[in-house]
Amino acid sequence: MNRRMVFFTVGQMVVIEAVLLLLPLAVSIIYGESAAITAFAVTAAIACVAGALLMAVCRTKNKVIYAKEGFVIVALTWVVVSLIGAVPFVLSRDIPSYVDAFFETVSGLTTTGSSILTNVEALSHGALFWRSFSHWLGGMGVLVFIMAIVPNVSDRSIHIIRAEMPGPIVGKLVPKVKDTAKLLYLIYVVLTLVETVLLMAGGMNLFEGLVHSFGTAGTGGFGIKSTGIGGYSPYIQWVITVFMILFGVNFNLYYLLLIRKFRTVAKNRELWTYLSVIAVSVILISVNIYHIYGNVADTLRMSAFQVSAIVTTTGYSTCDFNLWPGFSRSLLFILMFVGGCAGSTAGGLKISRVMLLFKMAKNEFLHLIHPRSVSVVKLEGKQVEAPVLHSVSNYFTLYVICMCVAFALISLFDPMDLETNITATVTCFNNVGPGLGKLVGPAGNFSAYSGASKIVLSFAMLFGRLEILPLMIAFIPSTWTKR
Amino acid sequence: MKIIIVGCGKIGITVIESLLREGHDIVAVDNNAEVIRSITDIYDVIGVCGSCTDFDTLKEAGVDKAELYAAITGSDEVNMLSCFIAKKMGASHTVARIRNPEYNDSSLGFIRQSLDLSMSVNPDLLAALELYHILKMPSAVNIETFSRRNFEMIELNLRENSDLDGMKLLDMKKKYPYNYLICAVLRDEKLYIPDGTFVLRAGDRIGITAVTTEVQKLFRDMSLTSKQAKNVMVIGGSRTAYYLAKMLISGGSEVKVVEKDHVKAVQFLDRVPKAIVINGDGADFELLLGEGIKDMDALVSLTGMDEQNILISYAASDAGVPKVITKVNRPEYYSMAKKLGLETIISPKKIISDIFVRYARALKNSLGSNIETMNKLMDGRAEALEFIAGQDFKYFDIPLKDMKLKPNLLVSGIIRGRKVIIPTGDDVIMAGDRVVVITENQGMNDLSDIIR
Repeated sequence: MNRRMVFFTVGQMVVIEAVLLLLPLAVSIIYGESAAITAFAVTAAIACVAGALLMAVCRTKNKVIYAKEGFVIVALTWVVVSLIGAVPFVLSRDIPSYVDAFFETVSGLTTTGSSILTNVEALSHGALFWRSFSHWLGGMGVLVFIMAIVPNVSDRSIHIIRAEMPGPIVGKLVPKVKDTAKLLYLIYVVLTLVETVLLMAGGMNLFEGLVHSFGTAGTGGFGIKSTGIGGYSPYIQWVITVFMILFGVNFNLYYLLLIRKFRTVAKNRELWTYLSVIAVSVILISVNIYHIYGNVADTLRMSAFQVSAIVTTTGYSTCDFNLWPGFSRSLLFILMFVGGCAGSTAGGLKISRVMLLFKMAKNEFLHLIHPRSVSVVKLEGKQVEAPVLHSVSNYFTLYVICMCVAFALISLFDPMDLETNITATVTCFNNVGPGLGKLVGPAGNFSAYSGASKIVLSFAMLFGRLEILPLMIAFIPSTWTKR
Repeated sequence: MKIIIVGCGKIGITVIESLLREGHDIVAVDNNAEVIRSITDIYDVIGVCGSCTDFDTLKEAGVDKAELYAAITGSDEVNMLSCFIAKKMGASHTVARIRNPEYNDSSLGFIRQSLDLSMSVNPDLLAALELYHILKMPSAVNIETFSRRNFEMIELNLRENSDLDGMKLLDMKKKYPYNYLICAVLRDEKLYIPDGTFVLRAGDRIGITAVTTEVQKLFRDMSLTSKQAKNVMVIGGSRTAYYLAKMLISGGSEVKVVEKDHVKAVQFLDRVPKAIVINGDGADFELLLGEGIKDMDALVSLTGMDEQNILISYAASDAGVPKVITKVNRPEYYSMAKKLGLETIISPKKIISDIFVRYARALKNSLGSNIETMNKLMDGRAEALEFIAGQDFKYFDIPLKDMKLKPNLLVSGIIRGRKVIIPTGDDVIMAGDRVVVITENQGMNDLSDIIR
């Protein structure tokens, strides 16, 4: 394995994180929060020196990397960036315990949005900004960000992008990895800015607008109020609903729109499936909860917001859906697994993977009825090859196993009721945010869990965001041996 | 520049690799999903899997925005059709690989015109041409020609007993006062662009630019043969062998071809009646001895297998054949063959990729001083570029010594009309000149790039 290149890239990311820490530093300076200023400045300085040292030590001419290095780079980078990102919360005394701060940072970067904070309003502006900004960064991917801005990236950085981007098949928009990364971020920035402007038009100030746009763009879900989005006007709730759905769409489609290939977009089956899932869920839940709100406008707004928040794994909430009838709650729970489209910032299994699983199951049935029949699985009009299908079904197996392990572990550490522990695991693994039950529901938080459980859940979030394989490969000893 | 490469076989991959190094955006098309997967793993390109004569596949590859479209699959007919469709769909320039001798005669012009092809490439013919140039002057390791055929760049290995060993270039010029220029020296894998005080050593590979007649004089004085090889044995009756045999025979040489396959052997004789065709295994050294390999001036090993070519060549050098040329396609075998002491190695893949690189560079600045030819020299460590000085070149009539040229760069020839000038510091570049530049820097597009 090309260890030098692995650590060099990690070093690069640490330096870039140091630079990015200047943004919350600037916010703290504007709001005059002295504790936060020192915290961010000190962390940035340390990260800068550490990253530069790592880069200097591991400088190498051999930039050739293979799929294995790609996975390891992604896994290490995410862990290291989370470890460093947690430091300012501790230094500024916003979150005194390091384990809590680590949970909060991982939750930010993996765009989960689960929090251990009991009183969000008490946080400094700098810390609030950093929390939400980590959503934005983690949504599209920290390494994709490197690819976009660092000159002379390796020819084979596609392996890094593939390891970091979610979804069964990762394609490029344009021939060069670097140009693809730039385009993705360009689309991302533009959409985020449009949302910020629309939110500000609804009466938010710049800080609130930015923070909520970051939370929506990354499909994260950190807000700045304990009540979530519920305290804002219906206009703002609708804007956020629409943008949550938009950020759950495959970004390749936005590129196709840019180059005016409207017909290809209109024919995209994943998009239509995604929109149908949302529409059907909204209708079913609306019927189910109509008696609570008593009028169509409120019912529709509530169900549309909650459904899109869960299916895109954003995890914002405008009401405590824990009080909804059992059917609606079950439906939301199922949606947590589905997730958004592949190639979006959303978590979960991804629509295209669910589609492939269904198609494979259907073929299996046909095969039992007509044992000698031949079958092909198609996605977007193209035949999906056997290796991809295998990887999808294998991924599903790993996904279930990992969730079971995490669930068993936290049940061991914290003997809460079954609903709480299950939904806490599922919501973290799928990067959604709130679970069900009194404790971890939209009105609650994760502060009641023990330190050990918080660490397990943090890794569950990382496993979910990076789609299991990178971290697993990085933790297997034979990856690191010379053989 | 957006380039689409169709057909990702051995040649396709080499072309992709060298064009990527030039910084182009490349879309690779092949109908084998496995090939596409491995290419996108290794190279920074987009892969499209599908038939290259299929409208939808080409649309997906973005043919309408492609500035260069190259069809280099194994089938001539597919390449032609694919280029034709691509051109109709809006590709700016199309290049097809056409290698069947049937098409490479007088009908080629017609095909190119009616299919609107910008260029057709025939790797076999180009390889044969290069082989022929080398066999015309067997003392040289490699010969590259420029658009005026009589101006050449010759690579020469200095042997242990060479009288140039330990000689300064200035002294060499005194001893052999002809019109030539030592423009590059490769020593221990390092390239030098030498000046007059540079001291040559045995084991160096030197590059000389000169007019052919001057080279002959120089070689005569250095008691190196400059005569065309008279008796040539070719192992393998491939297409390249066919073109080579035709050229050699029309140049007055005797050609003996050894081909394993009986049908192919008969076919070969049918096409080149003046050749002696032996039906037998070229790897059977007894056979070669019986056919008088020891009396041959040169042996060219052109079988389809690199390993066999290398071993046959090794045996032939051992048997004392003065000039042995080996065809090696896999780059990783290239250095191994060198280690076995094989001096002259040709690689058809490399020839083709050089052509594409030059063509792409010329397209890139179709307005400025165009690249006329481009040759990679000294195992690819240096480039020899021939430009036509266009109107936008700002340094006309300034003596070369007053120009601020980039380091590791040498103006090694100025061709003005029919006259070839081996330039000194006092010579100037004039409008319309063809200027030959030797440089270590890669990626020059325009004559103005020589200025610092």
